[in-house]
Amino acid sequence: MNLDLRIPMGLMFTFTGAIMTAWGVKTNGDATLYARSLGINANLWWGMVLLVFGLTMFLLGQRSQRRLAKEPLPPAEEGDVRRGH
Amino acid sequence: MQLTFVDWLIMLLYFVFVLGIGFALKRYMKTSKDFFQAGRALPAWICGLAFISANLGAQEVIGMGASGAKYGLETAHFYGIGAIPAMVFVGIFMMPFYYGSKARSVPEFLRLRFDEKTRALNACSFAVMTVFSSGISMYAMARLIQALHVFDGLFRTLGWAPEGIFTFSIMMSAVIVLLYIFLGGLTSAIYNEVLQFFLIIAGFLPLVLLGLKNVGGWNGLKMAVSAVDPRMMHEWKGVMHAGTNPMGIEIIGIGMGLGFVLGSGYWCTDFLVIQTAMASKNMESARRVPLIAAVPKMVFPFLVILPGLIAISLPTPHTVTTTHEANGVIYHDTTVVSKIAEEGRGIVPAKINPVTGKAMLDASGHPLLDYDMATPNMLLHYFPTGILGLGLTALLASFMSGMAGNVTAFNTVFTYDLYQSYIHKGGSDRHYMAVGRWATVGGILLSIATAYAAINFNNIMDTLQLVFSFVNAPLFATFLLGMFWKRTTGHAAFTGLISGTVAAMLHHGLTLPIEAHTGIHGGWITVVHHYPSDMAQNFWGAIFAFSTNFIITVIVSLFTKPRPESELVGLVHSLTPKPPRAHDRWWKSPEALGIAVLLGAVALNIFFA
Repeated sequence: MNLDLRIPMGLMFTFTGAIMTAWGVKTNGDATLYARSLGINANLWWGMVLLVFGLTMFLLGQRSQRRLAKEPLPPAEEGDVRRGH
Repeated sequence: MQLTFVDWLIMLLYFVFVLGIGFALKRYMKTSKDFFQAGRALPAWICGLAFISANLGAQEVIGMGASGAKYGLETAHFYGIGAIPAMVFVGIFMMPFYYGSKARSVPEFLRLRFDEKTRALNACSFAVMTVFSSGISMYAMARLIQALHVFDGLFRTLGWAPEGIFTFSIMMSAVIVLLYIFLGGLTSAIYNEVLQFFLIIAGFLPLVLLGLKNVGGWNGLKMAVSAVDPRMMHEWKGVMHAGTNPMGIEIIGIGMGLGFVLGSGYWCTDFLVIQTAMASKNMESARRVPLIAAVPKMVFPFLVILPGLIAISLPTPHTVTTTHEANGVIYHDTTVVSKIAEEGRGIVPAKINPVTGKAMLDASGHPLLDYDMATPNMLLHYFPTGILGLGLTALLASFMSGMAGNVTAFNTVFTYDLYQSYIHKGGSDRHYMAVGRWATVGGILLSIATAYAAINFNNIMDTLQLVFSFVNAPLFATFLLGMFWKRTTGHAAFTGLISGTVAAMLHHGLTLPIEAHTGIHGGWITVVHHYPSDMAQNFWGAIFAFSTNFIITVIVSLFTKPRPESELVGLVHSLTPKPPRAHDRWWKSPEALGIAVLLGAVALNIFFA
């Protein structure tokens, strides 16, 4: 399949992470909001985790997409096992 | 529940990406193979994550949390015994026949190995079950959305009547799932299942971490849960006898019933999960798919069972009034807690009778708990707005991916095994692809009908699940004999399947869990045996169904004419050459990975013991 899943998935988590981080920064120090999460700014911290995860996925996906574009492999025949790498 | 625009934004973002993936994949859907089998070109890791995600629907996320709150760590048997050994078995031993036979679906494999009638039986029952399962998933999601008041604020703002929330939830999920499968077929379903896999982790990992921190880490959880019921923190303690463990099942019921029959029956024969492995790019990948899936599967008890355990061990909220004085004025602050929350345990609420509005009581007068609310209530308890949107998105995603897996399995089985085989043979590839797309629409419409039927008939969901268990319980015996005993004949497989289902029905009609009323719970013929729990009844019923099928199939096989061996190459173990090894290094082989997974499962069981 020509669409590497890591690209859209990476983008989705990057955006989600960015939204949560931004919201976490904006609401930082709001004791009533974060009383639920034991005083931890869950949006800021988890948003950053998702941001890093999303970017990593996106970059990995892009790298392999670019590599595939450079040296197109002949498609394997059905039932044929490609030996080695 | 107070949702802010951040929560909506996160939810909206997910929907945009889900549909975006469908649209992006549309241009690659050129043949029916692309549509139904994802072109058989996906990498093993994607199929592996989709393999467990297809099963990671509502039943898993909500149900395992509920079971964790009700039975404790014994629930982990569904992973260590009920899933992982079967996943290793299907990867190492069965996948060579599924993938190697070039069958496009599990029923088609049955036709290649046995005969037309066995395929027809399996295809029809499977098609019906997938449609109903997806309807049940839809219904459960709409009910949960109602219970959590997710759309209440939105409906108020728009001035719509709150009665429409149920319909709105159903239509929303139906349209989204329909669109992305209609456009991108199985690839789209698999991609979205992987997306949902990561979303579940993103939504539930912080929940478990916060919950554990709150109760004082693993040791704190042990102490808090032991205060509720000391047996709940052990997976294996008291398992030798039904009376000494929370589920009321002894080791034979668990090992044979759950591990050998139900677990294997599901993971090794259900096209819902097998379709993802069959979409991978070559034989070795296909064999590796269930093994890759088993690795995160081992970690999932922490994500889905622990929220239930934490929920039950938290202090039960009560209405409290505090008094304080400031500037000579006395203030009374009252925190009102609803009655169902007060009568519950931890943050698991009591069950209310929808007619009387009062809490329902069990035979000994204690309030019944609504365990299905354990995990959703945990989200509301710990997540502030923002990350709450992420948690809810993960929950919605799990419902939709459960539906999607069923719908793609339905459209494939309908098109290849029913339409192409019995209704319209020899059509063009384009024609079958169009049929598949319209089967998707039809499947979703039938699911919607099921969801609405569930509102009007209280017991329909329990009844359907019961019927599924009758049909599924004997299946594994047929596949086991078919793949590993070349003498097995088509007549035998067909008779065996039917007698296994009949045996399951008879067993249910003749037994009853204690403290249950006759009817949907069993004993509708007459009661000859009482089980300590419904779980025990379920596991033993599966054992009876499997054994009956096994014995009848063997006997009938011995009296009927087997197929010539030359026709069974690639379908039966002893007549098939070993799959070629793509790697020289032994540790890269699926067998080595399988052993590593099994060792991991043993370690996990020791940890939870």
